[in-house]
Amino acid sequence: MDLFKYTAHELHEKLVNKEITAVELVNSVYARIDEVEEQANAYISMSKEEALAQAEKVDAKIAAGEAIAPLAGIPVVFKDNINIAGQVTSCASKMLDGVSAIFDAHATENLRKEDAVFLGKANMAEFSIGNTTDNSFFGAAHNPWNLDCVTGGCATAAAVAAGEAIWALASDTSGDLRQPAAYAGCVGIKPTYGRVSRLGLAAYASSMDQIGAVTKDVTDAATVLNAICGKDDRDSTSWAVETPDFTQALVADVKGLRIGVPKEYFGENVDAKIKAEVEKAIEQYKELGAEIVEVSLPHTQYAVRTFYVIANGEAGANFARYDGVRYGYRNMEAQSASDMTARSRNEGFGEEVKLRLLFGTHVLSKGYYENYYVRAMKVRTLIRNDFEEAFKQCDVLLTPTTPVLAEAYNTEMDAFAKYELDFTTVTANLAGLPAITVPCGMVDGMPVGMQLIGKVLDEATILKAAYTFEQATDFHKAMAPLGGNK
Amino acid sequence: MTKYTTVIGLEVHAELKTESKAFCTCSAEFTNVPNTHVCPGCLGLPGTLPVLNKQVVEFAIRAGLAVNCEIQKYNKFDRKSYFYPDLCTNYQISQLDKPICLAGHIDINVDGEEKRIGVTRIHMEQDAGKLVHSGATISTSDFSAVDYNRAGVALIEIVSEPDMRSAEEARAYMENLKAILEYTDVCDCKMQEGSLRCDANVSIMPEGATEFGTRVEIKNLNSFRALVRAIEYEVERQKEVLAEGGRLIQETRTWDDANGVTLSMRNKETAEDYRYFPDADLVPVIIDDAWIERVRAELPELPAQRQARLMEQHGLPKYDASIIVSTKAMAEYFDEAVKTAKDAKGVSNWLLGDVSAYLNNEGITISEFKVTPAHLAELVNLTKDGVLSSKLAKKVFTEMLKEDKAPGALVKELGLEQVSDEGAIMKLVEETIAENPQSVADFKAGKDRAIGFLVGQIMKKSKGKANPGMVQKMLKEKMQ
Amino acid sequence: MKVTAQDVKYIAQLSRLIVPEADLEKSTEEFNQILNYADILQKIDTTGIEPTPYVLPISNALRKDVAKEGVTHEEALLNAPEVYNDGFKVPRVIE
Repeated sequence: MDLFKYTAHELHEKLVNKEITAVELVNSVYARIDEVEEQANAYISMSKEEALAQAEKVDAKIAAGEAIAPLAGIPVVFKDNINIAGQVTSCASKMLDGVSAIFDAHATENLRKEDAVFLGKANMAEFSIGNTTDNSFFGAAHNPWNLDCVTGGCATAAAVAAGEAIWALASDTSGDLRQPAAYAGCVGIKPTYGRVSRLGLAAYASSMDQIGAVTKDVTDAATVLNAICGKDDRDSTSWAVETPDFTQALVADVKGLRIGVPKEYFGENVDAKIKAEVEKAIEQYKELGAEIVEVSLPHTQYAVRTFYVIANGEAGANFARYDGVRYGYRNMEAQSASDMTARSRNEGFGEEVKLRLLFGTHVLSKGYYENYYVRAMKVRTLIRNDFEEAFKQCDVLLTPTTPVLAEAYNTEMDAFAKYELDFTTVTANLAGLPAITVPCGMVDGMPVGMQLIGKVLDEATILKAAYTFEQATDFHKAMAPLGGNK
Repeated sequence: MTKYTTVIGLEVHAELKTESKAFCTCSAEFTNVPNTHVCPGCLGLPGTLPVLNKQVVEFAIRAGLAVNCEIQKYNKFDRKSYFYPDLCTNYQISQLDKPICLAGHIDINVDGEEKRIGVTRIHMEQDAGKLVHSGATISTSDFSAVDYNRAGVALIEIVSEPDMRSAEEARAYMENLKAILEYTDVCDCKMQEGSLRCDANVSIMPEGATEFGTRVEIKNLNSFRALVRAIEYEVERQKEVLAEGGRLIQETRTWDDANGVTLSMRNKETAEDYRYFPDADLVPVIIDDAWIERVRAELPELPAQRQARLMEQHGLPKYDASIIVSTKAMAEYFDEAVKTAKDAKGVSNWLLGDVSAYLNNEGITISEFKVTPAHLAELVNLTKDGVLSSKLAKKVFTEMLKEDKAPGALVKELGLEQVSDEGAIMKLVEETIAENPQSVADFKAGKDRAIGFLVGQIMKKSKGKANPGMVQKMLKEKMQ
Repeated sequence: MKVTAQDVKYIAQLSRLIVPEADLEKSTEEFNQILNYADILQKIDTTGIEPTPYVLPISNALRKDVAKEGVTHEEALLNAPEVYNDGFKVPRVIE
């Protein structure tokens, strides 16, 4: 039985009904990994022994007649910037290759409580910098829909789509969870900033980083949020708000829901074929009883630049700790501490990361701070204000998740044009809003994702809207060629 | 030759007496075993996050109120970036533009002259770790080892206005500040151990000028003496540079205590670009009036108030009172002693005299002084009651330093009670008169000096125990 | 706001990164392209707009002053590239 093809909630049923065991399940996924990983390169490291031990524990509980959590026994892959104690967190960088985490992320702790089964760590853009995995120290990952195409900023969704994991725990700073999910035909949700503790997530841009889930359907997304959200006293930015039961939002009903369609997300910079698919989805919503409202988010055009200044400034400080002193890569020839640090960083970081760090230093330095960093923080306010205005007219916003399809690796693209590809997703990070991507079509054999952005803390509405669409369509059931046909 | 005015401002770092560090739950206690009071945050591991210790805010408010600052309601934290191996994230969490305290002052008194020194600001921040060098000094070591036990310990930085005009004023400011921090119990103020650290900004300008000269920052001032010597040296150095037609550069210098000089620290061109920006890992701290007023209500008696009290309640001279209150321990010792002492000034005389001399000699503080306040009070009372002469009291004091015994008991043990018995003294007087007819004759002939000799003889006979006043009186009466 | 090769060297030094002399010209050009990209933000009218350093509307995330055990000494040094006397060994600190 190809158990790797099922969703988490389907597998949960099977486990509870004793149709399968957790050990069988994890073995099925590892067998699948053995089969396709060479082509996909979605993994950086694996922890089969720990995974089997976790699975055995779940089987023992089931055998003992104990109730199990919804994610118990379900194999999950982690983006390799989220800590699992005792395993390496590499951030796909030479800098952290071999560096063992000595503590669990808060999300990891929560998943341990759920008895989830940890498969290993997924490939990613080095330190999440860049929207492809080109710069991973472990080589680029490949899209299971077309191996010549990129996976996006991490390989979590590629792993899920290829059957190498049932779901994935990932982070989203600029859309690097939602964009790969869209490229792989998966569901990806980034909750409101502050919903999930960032403890144990290697920081990129502290004011925007947020942990979320990549899943096969909306039900799984809601299930994962139930497990990972909640106040953590060890993260000052963990928001002390009640965590609702997100599965309560899984109701197929959008009657009267006001869906805002921001015109800035349907401009010339968006692939016409993608627009066509998303517009079909809008029609579908109309048929399902939603009210479509045209809205405007006028500062969208500045979003990536704003992000670029703030994120790189924050990264400049966050990555300063990678100095070769306490852990990580060290140049052993240097004769002085400062030279050791400079050479270690020079050799440990990839080119794109270094370029970003230089820029990040510059925007914070004397004489430039006001003009770059402070100004970007002000434009960030304008972008937030845009959302505030728009949400006066609607309950959720609907946009394409990405302006292009997962492009081929050999695509020649100007660096800045590549940065700008994030414009659809990065706004939710700048404003701290929840956003979900769900598959809404296929173009040239590649999946298309649409994004629903919600009000602060209103994951329920985007989950409900996404679920309603999912129930009315079959896009989420499509399997990637490398994933086999269901 | 041009006359110059010295301009000094001090930046003081005080380690707060919290149980745990500023932004993590590691113990803030000092330990000698490297890297034992550390957590993933102290090691700057990826995925670690700061959470502010409430007591840090509490202490900062307390210190701020004690130096008459206005407490700022909106507080935020910034990252100050610079690379150094003892700084685990290579940025320090500090406060740039929204410090917790602004616009305070400390009053000082130098040679009887009162002066008010402005406190510009106080902000909260975290300490760095420590480097242990393989060789004798940093520059002669091929390598060093980093210990992060101290990394993250809570600090407040107290920045003064450039209001001081001499090393003595700087010393007085620093002494007063130290006393205030001790009284408020926010810092243990051990300068030698680095829990209280001082940097001095020193410049000179021609007398009468309004624009300050080029400022030099001096680091590594870990005693009052070092502070005074370093400033005095630096002022002379700056005068010499200008006298030779040279130009002063704004730089950081370090005080070399052994050689008594300030030395330029390698003037790194990048050293001053700290790239401050808001730390998004932390959220603002809003301090409401209720919080401020509660801390204000709980403020202990401060040195200035205590000094006034000692003068009023115990009739101490200002000089005595100011010295006694300069350290909290001394003031507490005094207060304890005067509970049973019949003579407050007597206690003060001991504390300022023999006790201080002993402490200085031993290189200890009054907290480590073995003689209890009650025993010192008893000693004072024995003198006051005429049981001991001041000379014998000193003898008893010396014994008290050796063994933990009540002075009354020691007096008995050593047989040192002053003899005030009229009959016993009369016997000595008569004996002495009989033995020294010439002196008696001299006295009768009007040579007053002769009585001194006779008193001396009697004291000698009594082994110093006879009450000198009575001896004098009775001798005179007898010879009349 | 263009920068010079000298500026790039300074920035690299501040960042503890190395831009080899041979690449300096190219790096400066690349850097100026990025600045050119970011400079578009200068055109936006931000008069009267407050900056957003944080998106959360929360404050006073404070904890009680209670000390807890950290990690063990062994865990602390687990990933250390070099150890000396229970500390993290680094080459000489002053050049």
